[in-house]
Amino acid sequence: MLHDFTFHRPGTLPEALALLDEHGYDARPFAGGTALVVLMKQSLALPEHLVSLDGIEGMSEIRLDGEALHIGALVRHRDVETSPLVREAAPLLAETYGRVATVRIRNMATVGGGLAHADPAQDPPAALIALGASVRAVSSRGARTIAVEDLFFDYYESALEPDEIIESVAVPRPAPDARSVYLKFLPRTEDDYATVAVAAVGEVDDGVCTDVRVALIAAAPTPVRATEVERTLTGQPVTAEAIREAAEAVRDHVDPLDDFRGSADYKREMAVVFTRRALERTLLAEDA
Amino acid sequence: MRLTVNGQPVETNAPPGQLLIDLLRADLGLTGTKEACSVGVCGACTVLLDGRMVASCLALAAQAEGADVVTVEGLADDERLDPIQEAFLERGGLQCGICTPGQLVAARSLLNANPAPSEDDAKRWMMGNLCRCTGYYQILEAIAAASQGEA
Repeated sequence: MLHDFTFHRPGTLPEALALLDEHGYDARPFAGGTALVVLMKQSLALPEHLVSLDGIEGMSEIRLDGEALHIGALVRHRDVETSPLVREAAPLLAETYGRVATVRIRNMATVGGGLAHADPAQDPPAALIALGASVRAVSSRGARTIAVEDLFFDYYESALEPDEIIESVAVPRPAPDARSVYLKFLPRTEDDYATVAVAAVGEVDDGVCTDVRVALIAAAPTPVRATEVERTLTGQPVTAEAIREAAEAVRDHVDPLDDFRGSADYKREMAVVFTRRALERTLLAEDA
Repeated sequence: MRLTVNGQPVETNAPPGQLLIDLLRADLGLTGTKEACSVGVCGACTVLLDGRMVASCLALAAQAEGADVVTVEGLADDERLDPIQEAFLERGGLQCGICTPGQLVAARSLLNANPAPSEDDAKRWMMGNLCRCTGYYQILEAIAAASQGEA
């Protein structure tokens, strides 16, 4: 049995937002529950009000609108992983959502809830940042768009206000000839959090890197975009040596923690190694 | 609050803080479902919620309102075991038995979603069901046997 709280079941989005507005820091939005229930079990979060988003219509769809995928915040991780639309338009995203924990957890955890939880070791932000995705955040005060790379402040701290929820995620469709990869370093078990992980999306034209985006998770207090690595490579001829040198720049972007998945020094080295491998796969592949 | 558990309608006054596993075990007496890690990692508490396997230790009972829940007790049809249960028995897919209800529900869920899984499919699906007796080979053999029998 968890602590005593009131479980609200608003039927519409405005009703849910009004409840969050009314109760402020005493309330938490509630969707899949996989993150928040664990926090409540450990007494790390003891909200007096849970506002269930489950009954709200229109937040569980995946659609392709022009050049962007729109994923409702209540879509489950497993549904991103298996969606034919996502697999076709942004296979990196399907692959990355499919690497979170186990099928059982992916059946429960929602896209919006996972992002709002702001755990820097969650897989999806790596792919979302590399793809240039943004979230639409709504409150009774209005709506705003936040780039996923600007969504996180610190461990478990996001840019969302207490009365705000993520309504949907917009993912620009990558260019048809872009290549992408998500490399998750898992020295322990397949269902573990990463020791470090890297997503990369890149385009090569006639041997020159025309665009590349690189993001890491589990390597700092927030997911990070490796802009220095990107800058070093963009517009330059792609060679194994250029990639090796560019990957070194990731050291300045990461700030890992010592824990049972490795020391901070080890993770920093692995961030460089996995960034290099991700760049090799996206930029140096034979048919690139 | 109303829900369906193993095909039977259930009405309950679960308090908001009650977890689904506690509703099943304590209120409904369905003690087949086990709680081990309590944080969604081990798979012992696996049940089907509207046909999808979930960790009942991480779900609020309130999340099952109006839903169709299946526990290990709901796999057999009266005295006739589910083919996956028969296969676990025949192949020795269990030792101490604590993880077995979760293994059975997860395996049933796999075969519902994919009646002819490859060994890799089965490993990827079942990797969140831990067995400390390390009976994994027999569990995978049981799944293969049940899938061939049903295909």
